[in-house]
Amino acid sequence: MVEFLNVIFSGISIGSVLLIAALGLAVVFGLMGVINMAHGELIMLGAYTTFVVQNVFKGLGSPLSETYIILAIPMAFLVTALVGLLLEKGVVRFLYGRPLETLLATWGVSLILQQFVRSVNWVLVIGITLFCLLFFGAWWVVSRRPDFDRIRNLFFTIMLPLSAAISAVVGVVLAQTYKLAVTQPWFGAQNVNVTAPKWLQGGLNIGDLRLPYTRLFIIFLTILCVAGIYYFFQRTAWGLRIRAVTQNRSMSSCLGIPTQKVDALTFALGSGLAGVAGCAISLLGSVGPNTGQNYIVDTFMVVVVGGVGKLVGSIVAALAIGTVSYIIGSNALAPLLSPIPPLADFFGFFATTSMAKVMVFALIIVFLQVRPAGLFPQKGRTVDA
Amino acid sequence: MNAKILEIDNVTVSFGGFKALKGLNFNLDQGELRVVIGPNGAGKTTFLDVISGKTKPTEGEVYFKGRNIQSFAEHEIARLGIGRKFQTPRVYLNLTPRENLELACNRNKNVFATLLRANSSDEYRTVTGLLETIGLSSKANVSAGLLSHGEKQRLEIGMLVAQSPDLLLVDEPAAGLTDEETYNVGELLLALAESHSIIVIEHDMEFVRQIANNKVTVLHQGSVLCEGNIEEVQNDPQVIEVYLGKQEEEIETKEIITEEEEKIALLEITKEEKMSVSEIIEKKIAVSEITEKEKKIEEV
Amino acid sequence: MKKEEIKANTQKIYHFPRVRKRTENWQGKETVVEPVAAKDTVPKFQGLKLKYPVYTKHKSILIEAGIVGAIALITIFLIPPLLTVVGQAFRVGLLGRFLALAIVALGIDLIWGYTGMLSLGHGVFFALGGYALAMHLQLAPLEPGRLPEFMGLYGVHELPWFWQPFYSFPLTIIGIIIIPALLAALLGYLVFRNRIRGVYFSILTQAATIVFFNFFNGQQKLFNGTNGLTNYKTFLGLEVNAPQTQFLFYALTIILLALTYGFCRWLTTGRFGRLLVAIRDDESRVRFSGYNPTGFKVLVFAISAGLAGIAGALYTVQTGLISPKAMDIAFSIEMVIWVAVGGRATLIGAIIGAILVNFARSLLSEQFPEIWLFFQGALFLIVVMLLPDGLVGWWRSQAVNQIRRLLGIKQQVTYPSLETDPEVQQEREELTGKLGTGD
Repeated sequence: MVEFLNVIFSGISIGSVLLIAALGLAVVFGLMGVINMAHGELIMLGAYTTFVVQNVFKGLGSPLSETYIILAIPMAFLVTALVGLLLEKGVVRFLYGRPLETLLATWGVSLILQQFVRSVNWVLVIGITLFCLLFFGAWWVVSRRPDFDRIRNLFFTIMLPLSAAISAVVGVVLAQTYKLAVTQPWFGAQNVNVTAPKWLQGGLNIGDLRLPYTRLFIIFLTILCVAGIYYFFQRTAWGLRIRAVTQNRSMSSCLGIPTQKVDALTFALGSGLAGVAGCAISLLGSVGPNTGQNYIVDTFMVVVVGGVGKLVGSIVAALAIGTVSYIIGSNALAPLLSPIPPLADFFGFFATTSMAKVMVFALIIVFLQVRPAGLFPQKGRTVDA
Repeated sequence: MNAKILEIDNVTVSFGGFKALKGLNFNLDQGELRVVIGPNGAGKTTFLDVISGKTKPTEGEVYFKGRNIQSFAEHEIARLGIGRKFQTPRVYLNLTPRENLELACNRNKNVFATLLRANSSDEYRTVTGLLETIGLSSKANVSAGLLSHGEKQRLEIGMLVAQSPDLLLVDEPAAGLTDEETYNVGELLLALAESHSIIVIEHDMEFVRQIANNKVTVLHQGSVLCEGNIEEVQNDPQVIEVYLGKQEEEIETKEIITEEEEKIALLEITKEEKMSVSEIIEKKIAVSEITEKEKKIEEV
Repeated sequence: MKKEEIKANTQKIYHFPRVRKRTENWQGKETVVEPVAAKDTVPKFQGLKLKYPVYTKHKSILIEAGIVGAIALITIFLIPPLLTVVGQAFRVGLLGRFLALAIVALGIDLIWGYTGMLSLGHGVFFALGGYALAMHLQLAPLEPGRLPEFMGLYGVHELPWFWQPFYSFPLTIIGIIIIPALLAALLGYLVFRNRIRGVYFSILTQAATIVFFNFFNGQQKLFNGTNGLTNYKTFLGLEVNAPQTQFLFYALTIILLALTYGFCRWLTTGRFGRLLVAIRDDESRVRFSGYNPTGFKVLVFAISAGLAGIAGALYTVQTGLISPKAMDIAFSIEMVIWVAVGGRATLIGAIIGAILVNFARSLLSEQFPEIWLFFQGALFLIVVMLLPDGLVGWWRSQAVNQIRRLLGIKQQVTYPSLETDPEVQQEREELTGKLGTGD
């Protein structure tokens, strides 16, 4: 019985981590059809935001510093939503309807974000800010001129290298004068540790079963996020608009829905959810620049198995994948299988976390033979065969 | 020879509760040209989907030349001799018309035959002849993406013929064509009808009159409402009610100006449901189709 | 316009060439419908035109083969001494590796550029080819009955069964190609059969990459886990790391690259290649034309995987190491960017892209190791947003005009509508053709 409960709890626990990580993707990929390979890096950014908030709170002393997580969640949401917004406005917007190109471009963004986290320091930040101020400021000024279209190319060929050069020179000068104070990376390539607040350490004991509070917290957070999203989509005006745009873009546009705003909002929302996920996973262990990479494939699997465009599919898929990986990874079936040695050996072979992934993938492929469109496919006439 | 080339027996197709076809029965004689008409949402395109294997019937059977084709995939059905032309012309835009036709004309469509067998001069000749017939000889070697809409329509019909099917399914061939082009396509279909069985789906009644020298079938809400020659159909009280008459009476046109104030959309709403756009959004009414219409010069 | 007017205006009367039909009727008898009007519709087409294109085609193929051969010979015999003179001898080794990578790039171009399937899992096939050869290299120098060194460390006493075939060199060579190809065929069949395509295919191949990475990483006893297989000694009696042997591999890589190029060229120019493009453009239309896209996609995916296997083996033997790192997701996606930089659906672009990006990488990471990832990320963005056709595509379509504009050369005014009108072109061709053949 305890064994069984343990399987259930661990399955839900792993599943909830998967789900909260996949939730943002389910919105961005499921509703907009945009494949965002930088989703993992957004999760990573959320985790780093949590790290920063934690360090700021440490300065505030004992009773307050235990509450950092309460502020970290909205902060993580905001930061990643902002990055997501930038990503949408700067890259994804131009690539709607070209999913493979989007995939490659966002992969490029994810590489940049990874390296950014590794090498970010004052010089880099000041340099980038200066460049943006110079370049976009000049753009803003010049674009007022009536003959902007004519001098556009000229403007780019002059201003782009000019502002880049100025910010580079300023950066080098700063680095020479202040040395390590400004060139020291903020985070570096090493992993950073977020320690859970005291009230989340320890666990709940039910009989022989021990449920860690952090896991319970993540489950709670996941439920909260799912409920929030459900409410947002089903009960608010913007949620309705988003759903309308996903179903028929041109019709919605004719009815006066600002589709571009809707796109940006949806993307920002999905990215923000990734931030919350990052906040959650930072409680589970140390986070590093590569953290996002570990989640990206799993989250995509959740969305594919669940069926694109259906939130409930993602929920069921995350829980199912979580439970199955736990059962295989921990060899929970061993006592049942021990009478049949070859079978027990077979499952014993896969009884590690990484080998469980091999088995789960095989199962997913088998599953897709039966339901190619996922657990909850969208019904109705498809536009394309 | 009056054998039935196509028999559709009590076919129902449902999409999650919504029945696009309801107990449809349909027969087509060998060598017949049949026009299928019906109001929007009558299930015309689903009807073609079922025949060509794109959609599998939930219930009922489809027999082509006496063979039940329910378990066949699209390409197998195509090889049996059913060719389909889509509503919007679907040709391979990055290939030239000649290459498009060669692909359709290829007799043996297995992987290795396609890879290893050389183009026979017989096929080459057929393709060249076809290019001439559809009037694309001079554009045989430009990429098909550069063709005009009408040329693409003709190219797709050419591809159909190259495939040498016994039954042609043609979905709204006149859509988006000028009067003259429409007439040409009509003549083309009539020429084809001499050697093929054809099912044409069409909205344009003028065009229907041009080509319907045989029976016309009216679909309504997923089943056959009536069948007969064009006069019979036009005088059938039921048809007039659901299709011709009622529609004209009760349709209300509305103009909405979008945010950009550029596009003008005409929304067709029946009188009982006359309402403002905001009401439509509030009541969450599903909108089945949207057509963009340009304002004619006279109206401006 | 009224119907009568239209009728009067249209002189065109349609006579369809009845295509010869060979269909089974429902009694199971085969009926042959003879073409009726075929004769009179093809009057123009005789003699000259049929032969003419065939003749030029052969000639251009010969010319192209000559050029490829010449470039191959130059790269084999001229580039190494040249680089040695400049004092960059180590770059010869790098070039050899990059040329091996160009073979994968060709494979990716086949499936992505031509067929539209973006595989993010070619690292797996690459690594499988590498492992196949590495296993042979581990076994070859051993005395009978001995085990590869690492196995002793993990307490393995008997050679696992699947290592056995790699004692034999011919079987290894077959394995290098067949193992990745079969795996790809199996995976491809399971995926394409269900019409999973586009990004879903990409995601699944990416997941496969992780899965194989985990598998090879986790099996210390079977594949030496993270460390991979290294420390090769002899190969067919030759010292693997001797300069002469390495030069041999270098030359072999170039020869195989040239052969691969020829093979891909043959695949893509014929009807098969056009069908691949058709699948890329509109897969369901292909189905309604009577083709089954699954078979074509499986075949081309398997070919592409086999090429990756060859490349992996050549790369492994030149770097002296194969490890699960080759199955890294990042490496697999990087392969795609080589093709994108060079130009999709142009074979030469894939080769150029692979060499350029890799040289840029080795130069940049020598100087500023941190910048490489920024640069690579930017490369992805630039190629997708600004240079969608890659360098070769840009060169073919816009380069001349853009460079002219930069240099300030005014363009000659012509009648572009005349230049592009195919009907005018055809007339012109016919006229010159007649003059040219001396009729």
